[in-house]
Amino acid sequence: MAQTIVFLILAAIILGCAFMAVTTRRIMRAATYLIFVLFGTAGLYFLMGYTFLGSVQVMVYAGGVVVLYIFALMLTGRHDNKENASLSLGRKFAALISSLCGAGLLMFVIITHQFAENSLTAPSEQTTTVKLLGQQLVSSDKFGYLLPFEAVSILLLACIIGGLIIARKR
Amino acid sequence: MELFNMIEGIRVDMTWFLILSALLLMIGVYGFLTRRNTLAILISIELILNAADINFAAFNRMLFPDGQEGYIFTLFSVAISAAETAIAIAVMINIYRNLKNNFVSNLDKLKW
Repeated sequence: MAQTIVFLILAAIILGCAFMAVTTRRIMRAATYLIFVLFGTAGLYFLMGYTFLGSVQVMVYAGGVVVLYIFALMLTGRHDNKENASLSLGRKFAALISSLCGAGLLMFVIITHQFAENSLTAPSEQTTTVKLLGQQLVSSDKFGYLLPFEAVSILLLACIIGGLIIARKR
Repeated sequence: MELFNMIEGIRVDMTWFLILSALLLMIGVYGFLTRRNTLAILISIELILNAADINFAAFNRMLFPDGQEGYIFTLFSVAISAAETAIAIAVMINIYRNLKNNFVSNLDKLKW
């Protein structure tokens, strides 16, 4: 009951802000709407009981990625930040038709498929504690994720170096 | 009271999450196809990635509540998308430095 209402509110926030983010003319506003979409997704994770994932979503996306977007928008000039209207109406119509067809196809597949009848209950912290998660991330046993963990750390290091080299002044 | 009893019977299940993420994905695809500014395209890509993350977490929570695979996959996905955004924004700042704007219609130097 409460889950249903919270889910509907979050879904309305996510879909409404996502729609505004792709249709608004000013890109700074699009970045602002993106923040609300990401917060709504974090709310969904909290609703599912994945509290650590929700806090990671808020910290990494809202704290890191969107701030990066806003810095880049500021750096790439004020007057150029409006979308120019040069996109023809036909192209826009074609994009709308293709995304609507894709949405219809996905809906058909999702609704006709029979999933297990599990409904969302009150979140329980017993199943996934942060302690268990931390042990799994650095263990090399059967359900351990040590190798991807190290691979992501190498990726982040490569990303730091690559970002510095690409964006520096020559 | 009628309305209360009606809402009482509705339970959120797997299909709701999948419909939400499918709609979010298609909104992102629409933005990807119609936007002209590279940063706006990147915002649309972020929406698409977010839809995929919701799917991973929802499949884990609703169908396999005893496992952690989807949870951990979403954690890695968040880390990788942050890295991807940082590199993409570095590339776009470089494009801006060379071309003085950020619109995809100007990026035709590699076309033959």
